[in-house]
Amino acid sequence: MRRSLQFLLFTAVNLTIFLLLPLHARHAQSGGYAKLQSAQLRSLHVTDLCLATEARYTRHPAMADRHAPFQEHPLALEHFPSGSLILPPLQHREKP
Amino acid sequence: MKRAVERHLNILEFTLASLLRRRAKNLSLLAMYLLVIFMLASLLFFVSALKREAAIILNDAPDMIVQRLMAGRQDLIPAGYAAEIAAIRGVTAVRPRLWGYYYDALNGANYTIIAGDAPTSAPGRATVGAGVAKARNLAVGDLLPLTSYDRAPVMLEIGTIFPSGSDLVAADLIVVSSADFHQLFNFPGGQATDLAVTVRNPRELPTVAAKIASQFPDSRPILKSEIQRTYQSIFDWRGGMTLIVLVSSLLSFIIFSWDKATGLSAEERKEIGILKSIGWETSDVLLLKFWEGIAVSLTAFLLGTVLAYGHVFFLSAPLFAQALKGWSVIYPRFQLVPVVDAYQLALLFFLTVVPYTTATVIPCWRAATIDPDAAMRY
Repeated sequence: MRRSLQFLLFTAVNLTIFLLLPLHARHAQSGGYAKLQSAQLRSLHVTDLCLATEARYTRHPAMADRHAPFQEHPLALEHFPSGSLILPPLQHREKP
Repeated sequence: MKRAVERHLNILEFTLASLLRRRAKNLSLLAMYLLVIFMLASLLFFVSALKREAAIILNDAPDMIVQRLMAGRQDLIPAGYAAEIAAIRGVTAVRPRLWGYYYDALNGANYTIIAGDAPTSAPGRATVGAGVAKARNLAVGDLLPLTSYDRAPVMLEIGTIFPSGSDLVAADLIVVSSADFHQLFNFPGGQATDLAVTVRNPRELPTVAAKIASQFPDSRPILKSEIQRTYQSIFDWRGGMTLIVLVSSLLSFIIFSWDKATGLSAEERKEIGILKSIGWETSDVLLLKFWEGIAVSLTAFLLGTVLAYGHVFFLSAPLFAQALKGWSVIYPRFQLVPVVDAYQLALLFFLTVVPYTTATVIPCWRAATIDPDAAMRY
C-alpha cells in the first residue's frame, strides 16, 4: 500500500476514535451518578469534595475562611502544596 | 476530480518521504507537540469532569450553612440559634451539624468525622470511606480504635465501607453516632459545628440570610450558590494548577510555532529551490508544506487528545493526582465520569493545529516565490 494511503488510513482510525469520545462520555454519564452517591451519602448533605485531605482549608474550601491558610500565627505562611492549587472561597458574608 | 485526488496523494507521498528523511528531528518534534496537546487536553478533561461532578454532588448540599465566628475564626454555634432561625418565615428546617477533623498519629492521616443520623450510625458503629479503610487496612466487622480528646480509647465497629466510586465525596469520611462524636472530641453539649438550614423558596435565600446575619451579628451564612460558585472557580483557568499547565504548554507551543515561522533551514530552502527548478509550481510547494504541517499537527492533536482521555478517565489522571495529593495520606482515586466539551476541543484545535500549519506554510511561501537559483544558492 502507498505510504500516503497508509497515513490517511492511520489518520482516519485516529479520527474515528476521537469522534467516539463524546459518545463514550455520554454513555458513561448515564450511569455515573448512582455510582457516585449512595443514599446514605446524600443524607449527609456534604458541602465539599474530597480533593485533598492535608489541610482543613483544602479539604473543605467552601467552609473555610479566606485567611485560613495564614491564621495559625501572625507571620504564618501558607505551606501545604494543595493550598497553591485550590483557590479560597469566592465570597462569604464576612462580618466585622 | 480523480486527477486532483491523485495530485494530493502524490504530494502527500513526497511530504511523508521528506519527513522521514529527517526522521529523528521530525519524530522528536511530533513527540513534543503531542506532549503539549496531551497536557492541555488532559487539563481540559480533568477540569470539566471535576466541575460536572461538583455540580452534581453539591446539588445535595444544604440550602444554607450558618457558621458562628469568634474573633474572626469559625467557632461552635449554640444549638439555641437553631430554634430562633427555624422561627424565621420561610425556613422549613434547621439541622445542627456535628463534624470535625481527627488526626491519626498512627499514619499521619486526617479524617473527617461526621455524626450521622442514619441507622448504620448506631453507637459503637461507624461507616468509613474507602480511603480510611485502605489506610487502616479495615474490613466490615473490624474494630477501628481511635483516641478521644481525654485520652480514652474509642472502639468503633466498621458497619459499612463506602464504595471507592464515591471517593470524591467520602474517601476520608468516618460517619459515627452523635454520642460517639461527643465522646471522641469531648464535644460540649448544646453546641454544633454549624447549622444546615433548609428554605422553602430558593429565591428567598438571600433575604433569609440577611435576616440571620442581622439577628445574629456573630454568624456567617453561606448559601448553596456560594458553595457551588467556590467549586466552579476552584478549577478556573486563572487558578494555580490550571494556569501553570496552561501557560507552560502555550509557551512551549509558541516556541514551536516561532521556530517554524521564523524561517527555513538551508537544507529546506535548497529543497524548495530544486523542486522549483525541476518544474514544481509555487502552489505545489505550498501544498507540500501544507501537508507537512497537517501531518505533524493533526497526528499530534488526535493522538494527544485520545491519550489525554485515557489518562484522565481510564487511569484516573495520575499526573494531576500527584499534584493535588501534596502531603495527604488519604487521597481519592479520581474515578471521574467522562465529559467531553466540544467547544473546548474545537478551541484547542484552532489554537494549535491552525497556527502551526500556518507557521509552516508562510516561510515556504516566501522561499517558493523567489528565483530557484537564488533559493539553491542561499
